[in-house]
Amino acid sequence: MTAPIKTAGNEPGAPATVSPAKKIEGRSLGQIAWTRFKRDKIAVAGGVVVILLILLAVLAKPIEALFGLDPDALHQDPDILDANLGGLPIGNWGGMSWDHPLGVDPLQGRDLLSRAIEGSWVSLLVAFGATVLSNTIGTVLGVMAGYYGGWVDTVISRIMDVFLAFPLLLFAIAISTSLQGGAFGLHGLPLHIMVLIFVIGFFNWPYMGRIVRGQTLSLREREFVHAARSLGARGPFILFKELLPNLVGPILVYSTLLIPTNILFEAGLSFLGVGIQPPQASWGGMLNDAIKYYQVDPQYMVVPGLAIFLTVLAFNLLGDGLRDALDPKSN
Amino acid sequence: MFAYIIRRTFAALLLILVVSAVTFAIFFLLPRIAGETSDQLAAQYIGKNPSPEAIAAVKKNLGFDQPLYSQYWNFLKGLVGGAEYKFGPDPVTCHVPCFGYSFKNHLEVWPELTKRIPVTLSLAIGAAVLWLVSGVTTGVISALKPRSIFDRLAMGVALAGVSLPVFFTGALLLTVFSYEWPILDNLQYVNFTDDPIMWARNLILPWISLAFLYSALYARLTRAGMLETMSEDYIRTARAKGLVERKVVTRHGLRAALTPVVTIFGMDLGLLLGGALITEQVFSLQGIGAFAVQAIADNDLPKILGVTLLAAFFIVVCNLVVDLLYALVDPRVRLS
Repeated sequence: MTAPIKTAGNEPGAPATVSPAKKIEGRSLGQIAWTRFKRDKIAVAGGVVVILLILLAVLAKPIEALFGLDPDALHQDPDILDANLGGLPIGNWGGMSWDHPLGVDPLQGRDLLSRAIEGSWVSLLVAFGATVLSNTIGTVLGVMAGYYGGWVDTVISRIMDVFLAFPLLLFAIAISTSLQGGAFGLHGLPLHIMVLIFVIGFFNWPYMGRIVRGQTLSLREREFVHAARSLGARGPFILFKELLPNLVGPILVYSTLLIPTNILFEAGLSFLGVGIQPPQASWGGMLNDAIKYYQVDPQYMVVPGLAIFLTVLAFNLLGDGLRDALDPKSN
Repeated sequence: MFAYIIRRTFAALLLILVVSAVTFAIFFLLPRIAGETSDQLAAQYIGKNPSPEAIAAVKKNLGFDQPLYSQYWNFLKGLVGGAEYKFGPDPVTCHVPCFGYSFKNHLEVWPELTKRIPVTLSLAIGAAVLWLVSGVTTGVISALKPRSIFDRLAMGVALAGVSLPVFFTGALLLTVFSYEWPILDNLQYVNFTDDPIMWARNLILPWISLAFLYSALYARLTRAGMLETMSEDYIRTARAKGLVERKVVTRHGLRAALTPVVTIFGMDLGLLLGGALITEQVFSLQGIGAFAVQAIADNDLPKILGVTLLAAFFIVVCNLVVDLLYALVDPRVRLS
């Protein structure tokens, strides 16, 4: 009776049933998510644009040097700005030309393409910095609240309530204004960037905190956490070695979705005149300037407006795609 | 139910108190962090080249020499009992509720604020009606026919909507409808009681630019919620017992799917009532937001404090109303 079984593996036909080309292999959650993500063409397109934007932001200074672009240089020649019309750019579409492909700004005649490129690194630096800050605070406090429960949870949740009840934008404006003169030994652009990162990041953490807390609550009762605890693992080990790796997915998704919100926030503050200060180019600052000319030079505001729109859209597409890929419930 | 309402209201009051205390601390501590002494603080309230005696007098009269907690206590006392400041030759009274007294403009803050409330209220409520109707309807239709042409189109527009900054849409609308084709030119706030038609006409553009952003958000939120609810077991049960599809959608599906939408709506409306800063700036509306921006630009501490407190009040009250509405609708909420 045992003979057929023993010989089964030696039969010549047996290997053919398992095709050598399609090997069955176990895939990790990350690999499954990656294949799902790759199938989502729109999300991939968003991802590509995001990578290009990050490259542009990182390489902004070298690019400007390479092409001889100067975002602050004034081009006030009579063939660029019309002195009779109060310094409006000459020519169609806000003075578009080969020298200034996106035109120049009224009155000063600064090249809008250079200013848009220059604005990219400011925008992304602030958005990334603020996202890192709020995610760090939110994750640490959220995991603690969710895992320890009891009074720790009560205290942290109440703190989040207080933060959420703050008129965020008002605070951001007030704080950035009162620190404008100089603080922490910083002045000028580095100060403005630091203040923006702090203000946006510090007041946005409860959103991340709530998400992480909720996820931790459900993870806490899972078997692997019980197992770790019964093996004698202590709080910090379980928090950072057991729970945190399982939270990477949601954290990644919400970070990607928080970045565009923060870009809009930074642009909004700079638009209100309390973020990045002129003459440093920033998208929000350009719009602040452009809205003064909405009647006579409406093309001006299209440049920073589209820059913000495309950046935020790309991050949103990427974030949506990542969420769908990492969440098995969604289609 | 009654006990729940009392408990929630009490918690909300406590929250406002904490927020006001923190606000107070931040605005009085920040100048110190930035290196300002209480002498310099007091000097801001007097003209140029103040004498040391004048500074000392102002410091004493305005209470800048007292510890922070007693200054805060005086502020709270002013809210319920009014206050009197010995400033200059004549003492000035700040009537109840004293939200502070602006020494820079010699004005009480509260009447200034109440003057602005109708503008912001009109802006926020009008936009809210627009975005709730358009956002929720779009979301529901999209969810009922997922992947249809309508769904793809609506979600594409919604994605663009959440990616457009409100100051860009606002500026575009102004350019197109107020300048290029001046069908809505010369926009100025008109009181609803004076001329309801002009009131609506002049607020249409701000409403649309605000509502475009929020409808996009709400359409996405409603669609996600509806998709999830419509695949629940009780929806199948409702269909199986022969309920008309319209009732399945409205009574069973939408009701559950709208819960998160209502929560977010409470927060959004509360935030907006405290001043739609950017929209007011774009359309030059003299609302609470414009007041706040001006107060901050003038570095007028009493005004900043007053407007922040009012904004926090709106947020907390809107959240409270939403919580109480839940308790009325859903008995499970009261138990937790």
